[in-house]
Amino acid sequence: MTASIETRRASALRRMRRGHAPGEGRVGSIITLVLVTVLVMVPFAWVVSLSFTPQSEAFGSVSLFPANPTLENYATAFFDADLARALLNSAVVGLVTVATNCILAVLAGYAFAMLPFPGNKALFYTLISTAAIPISVTLIPLFLMARGIPLVGGNDILGQGGSGLLDTLAGVILPYIVMPMNIFLARQFFTSAPLELGEAARMDGAGELRIFFSVYLPLAKPLIAVVAIFSFTGVWDDFLWPLVVTSSQEVQTVQLALARFLGSGNVQYGPLMAGTVIATVPVLIVFLFNQRSFISGLSDGGVKG
Amino acid sequence: MTSTTIAPVAAASAPAGATPPPPPRRRRWSRTAIFGFVFVLPAALYIVIFQLVPVVYGLVLSFTSYSPLSRSGPEFTGVDNYAELLGDADFGNALLVTGRYVLQVLPITVVLALGLALLVNRPFKGVGLFRSALYVPHIVSLTAVSMVWLWMYSQTGLFNEVLGFFGAPAQSWLLDSDSALNAVSAMRIWKALGSNMVLLLAGLQSIPRDLYEAARVDGAGRWATFRYVTLPGLRPMLVYVVAMDIIYLAQGFAEIYVLTQGGPLGSTTTVNYLIYTEAFQYNQMGSASAMAFVLFALIIGFSVLAVRGVMGRQK
Repeated sequence: MTASIETRRASALRRMRRGHAPGEGRVGSIITLVLVTVLVMVPFAWVVSLSFTPQSEAFGSVSLFPANPTLENYATAFFDADLARALLNSAVVGLVTVATNCILAVLAGYAFAMLPFPGNKALFYTLISTAAIPISVTLIPLFLMARGIPLVGGNDILGQGGSGLLDTLAGVILPYIVMPMNIFLARQFFTSAPLELGEAARMDGAGELRIFFSVYLPLAKPLIAVVAIFSFTGVWDDFLWPLVVTSSQEVQTVQLALARFLGSGNVQYGPLMAGTVIATVPVLIVFLFNQRSFISGLSDGGVKG
Repeated sequence: MTSTTIAPVAAASAPAGATPPPPPRRRRWSRTAIFGFVFVLPAALYIVIFQLVPVVYGLVLSFTSYSPLSRSGPEFTGVDNYAELLGDADFGNALLVTGRYVLQVLPITVVLALGLALLVNRPFKGVGLFRSALYVPHIVSLTAVSMVWLWMYSQTGLFNEVLGFFGAPAQSWLLDSDSALNAVSAMRIWKALGSNMVLLLAGLQSIPRDLYEAARVDGAGRWATFRYVTLPGLRPMLVYVVAMDIIYLAQGFAEIYVLTQGGPLGSTTTVNYLIYTEAFQYNQMGSASAMAFVLFALIIGFSVLAVRGVMGRQK
């Protein structure tokens, strides 16, 4: 049943791309779309505008085009709020997460699809079902576990006495090392990869690791792209876990640094918006360059079971 | 954040499409099977230790009284935490706030997103531009968009500018307990629109085109086509979207933290926000864990109900 839906879906998609579809009422719908899109984009236009508006102009009637555009907000954002440090932290956390997911999660998904072992279905569904566990349920235990990791942060071998991974970048990374959804995406991807290539390599005496790294991994560039994007944006955007696990400014991530702008009573919107732009640009660039795989990755991932 | 996107669909559709597993065969594992197991092992161990163990640990904690500041470990108190939640006015309030938040964001988002998905489903020049533009609020982090809306709601922000233009008095959107949750909801509707639209678009594109042709041959009008072809075909994706929205919305935190800090007068204190303050400001990790499990149970319960509701009209 699932398979026939899949094929129908695929052929429908193909037909869509070729452009066969009813075209009635186009003008009306395009006008509606333009209006909605403008409404949706308005906040962003103002963010960009405010980020270039000098503090002196930022109150009272705010114009979309500042009379005296300035870069001072960006300078303030960088130097006053330690934003550069936070950006570096987020980048480190993001890159490590991308690396671990691209290796561990993709390797696991590959094995689930290509190297089945007894019990692999049950294990697979157990692992990916953890993706549905609410953050609030694991938040407190993870915090206590991060604190109790043995032999780091002043802890003894039983995980007592120190602060463990609390307030370290390793602590921030802890919940993201393998994201179950990436295992799922990888398995989906490799399920449709040709088996013959691996068989041939096996005949030639290649080891399994070699087959994975030199035969299948090079085929999996689109998968790697999607896994990397999901891992990076997931970590870059998270707020609650870094808030809980870090306490000092040296290890705060970029979203926390943004929120810190609010702490000082009188919010300075100019620097705040400059910071927001800076924090958003990396994700936006990733998105724009991978638009197609990003959106289809999302919809495919959601559709396939 | 994105890590919860997949499992429900997989879990929901797995039983439907799966044939009963063959009886286990007793034989030696092949070489590839051993490698398969070894390849899976690191990821599996990690997920067991840092996803499954915490669930059990949290459940245990919920039956204890525990402060991380105390020298002694968790102290077993039975069902005391759960019993106390029954009469806890703050928790009751947080449940109501969370429920209202989900109920007022979810239907509006889904209906608007469906409308937009129908509009961008037709191929025309530049349709990709609209799809991407509408999706942008989804890819910008919740913290960042909350910052933006914080400004728009501020005394000199965009909304009051617009009101002023029409001669209306400025509102204190987020500082008024009557309007604060609505203001947060408006932001969340705007934020969730694009991702719901993309998912529903994928659902629309999965509907076989010949069904539309058949409907046209039968002389079905636009509404009949929508009612008898589009909606039934869209149902699996609709189920997914509704369930995911419930799961995400019921865990609202970052937007609350940035926009209102749970105020004014607890009018935007969601359960997740309450759990955070209880655990990390008041150091009551036992009762906070109990709250988390009540929320967990409610999320599962309501997701199942919603899935049934959407699926139920199938016949």
